[in-house]
Amino acid sequence: MSALTKLTLKGAIDGLAAKDFTSVELTKAHIDAIEGARGLNAYILETPEQALDMAAASDARRAKGEAGPLDGAPLGVKDLFCTKGVRTTACSKILENFVPAYESTVTSNLWRDGAVMLGKLNLDQFAMGSSNETSYFGPVTNPWRAKDSNKALTPGGSSGGSAAAVAADLCLGATATDTGGSIRQPAAFTGTVGIKPTYGRCSRWGVVAFASSLDQAGPIAKTVEDAALLLNSMSGHDEKDSTSLDVPTPDFTQFVGKSVKGLRIGVPKEYRVDGMPAEIQKLWDDGVAWLKEAGCEIVEISLPHTKYALPAYYIVAPAEASSNLARYDGMRYGLREEGANLAEIYENTRASGFGDEVKRRILIGTYVLSAGYYDAYYLKALKVRRRIAEDFDNAWTKVDAILTPTAPSAAFGLGENSSDPIAMYLNDVFTVTTNLAGLPGLSLPAGLDANGLPLGLQIIGKPLDEGTVFSVAGAIEKAAGFTAKADKWW
Amino acid sequence: MAIDAATVRKVARLARIAEPEERIEALTQELNGIMTWIEQLAEVDTDGAEPLTSVVAAGLPLREDVVTMGGEPQVVTGNAPKSVSNFFVVPKVVE
Repeated sequence: MSALTKLTLKGAIDGLAAKDFTSVELTKAHIDAIEGARGLNAYILETPEQALDMAAASDARRAKGEAGPLDGAPLGVKDLFCTKGVRTTACSKILENFVPAYESTVTSNLWRDGAVMLGKLNLDQFAMGSSNETSYFGPVTNPWRAKDSNKALTPGGSSGGSAAAVAADLCLGATATDTGGSIRQPAAFTGTVGIKPTYGRCSRWGVVAFASSLDQAGPIAKTVEDAALLLNSMSGHDEKDSTSLDVPTPDFTQFVGKSVKGLRIGVPKEYRVDGMPAEIQKLWDDGVAWLKEAGCEIVEISLPHTKYALPAYYIVAPAEASSNLARYDGMRYGLREEGANLAEIYENTRASGFGDEVKRRILIGTYVLSAGYYDAYYLKALKVRRRIAEDFDNAWTKVDAILTPTAPSAAFGLGENSSDPIAMYLNDVFTVTTNLAGLPGLSLPAGLDANGLPLGLQIIGKPLDEGTVFSVAGAIEKAAGFTAKADKWW
Repeated sequence: MAIDAATVRKVARLARIAEPEERIEALTQELNGIMTWIEQLAEVDTDGAEPLTSVVAAGLPLREDVVTMGGEPQVVTGNAPKSVSNFFVVPKVVE
C-alpha cells in the first residue's frame, strides 16, 4: 500500500471521506514506510500501537459521521512537543527519560481534529542547531542526495526530522517549531513547505522552551494547501500561554489559489548577500518573474538592518535560553548526576546532560546577562531588534508581502559546518529577521540546483496576514510546478 | 572586551555547568570568536530606540487568582530522579 504514503494530506483526507481506504490502512502504510526508513533516523520514537488505536477510533468516528477536519490523517510530531504518556526528550540526554504528564496545546488541537500520531521526530538538541547534528540521538540524514553522489546531506535544523519525514513520505505532515529558521531552512533543504506563523498564533504551552520571545510552532507539509490545513488546526488562543493571541483563526485554505493580481511584492536588496550561489539568485529572479506574470507589482525595498539580525539574535536567543534552561537542575525531573554538595550536583548534572552547542549558548547567554555586560550586549541587542522591526514597519507602507530566498545554500554535507559555529549560524541569515519581528514566514520549494537538490523561496507577511502569504505561496507553487521527490535509496 | 579564561570559569560557575580545566582554553577561543562577531552591533545607531522585548503588543492578560489545576502530587513528582511519598528528594543544603 505504498501508494497511500505518496498522497498529500488533502488527497488523503478526500480519500478517507470518499471511503476509498480507511485510516487504519493509511496509518499502516505509513508505519511500514517508517520501519523501512530507520536509516534516515527521522523518528526517534515510533508509536505504532497508539497510531493504530487512534486510526481505528478515527474510522469509528467517520462511520458515525463525526469526522473532524484532519480525521484519520497520520502525522509526525517534533520531539519538542510534550505528548502525554509518550517520552519527550528535546533530543537531549537531560530529558532522555522524560515522560510528560500532559499534552501540548498544539498537539491537543491536532488530536481534537482527528489526526493520528505516528511517533516523535528528531531535532537539534533543544532546537539549537541548523543541521540536526546536535541531536543526542544522532543526526537525521536528508532523503535527498546530490546527483551521482552517496554523500549524506543534512536535512537542516532544527526541525530536520520533521522535514525529512515529510520529504520521505513517512507522514502526511509534521509539527515543527521555528526560533530563528528551524521550520523554513529544513523545509528548503528537503523540498517541503513550512510556515512559521505570526508570533502568538500557536500556543507555546507544552512546547519545550528555547527562546520564549522567538519560539513559534508551525507545520511542515508536502504542499501549500496541506500547510494551510495543518495551521488551521494548530492555531488558536490558549489561556495557558500568556503570549497567545486572542484572535480568530481564519480558514487559511481559502487563501490558497486566490488571485494575487495587484499585490505589491517587496524584494529587499539587502538579501543579496556576498557569496550567494548564482542558482539561488536565479531562483529568486524566477520567483519575481512568476509573480509579475500573475499580476503582482514588484517593488524594490530596503531592510537596512538585515545584516545585524543574526548577531542580535545570538544575544537575545542565548540570553532567553540560559534563563529557560535553568530549570534543568536534576531535582524535579530529568537526569541527576551525583556530587559532593548541591552546587556540584547541579554542575555535574548540567555538564553531563547538555550537549556542546547547548552549553555554548547557555554560557553566552549567562555572559551577556551578567553584571557589567547587560547594557552593552543584551539591551543593545533589544534596541537593534527594534530597528529590525521598524525596517519591516516601513516596508509595509509600500508592499503587501516580501519575497526572498529561504537559505543561502542548498543542503550541505553532514559534518561540513560543524566545527565553525558562526558558519552554521549564517544558515539563518534570511529567516531570523521574521522571528525577531514576530512576522509570518513561509518556505516552499521552487526549483532544483545543478546537483538536483531542492531550493526554497520565502514569503514574509504582515503580522497576522498569513492569508496573503498563503496566496502568494500558492501562486508560486503553481508557476514553479515543483514535483521532484528524492529518489528512494534508504 | 575580550573574554579570558577567568571569565569563562566564572560564567560556567554562574550557569552551573562543570567545565573541566582542559576545556577552558578551547571554550575561551570559541566564545571570543562569537562575541567578536557580535561586536558589529556597535555600528548600529540605536539612539532613541525603545528595547523590543515582546512583539506582542497587547498587555499581559490577567485572570482570577484561583486554583485551576493541581492536587496531583504523584503526577508532579512522577518524573523526579528521586522522590519519596510524593516529595522531591534533594540533597541536604542546611548543615
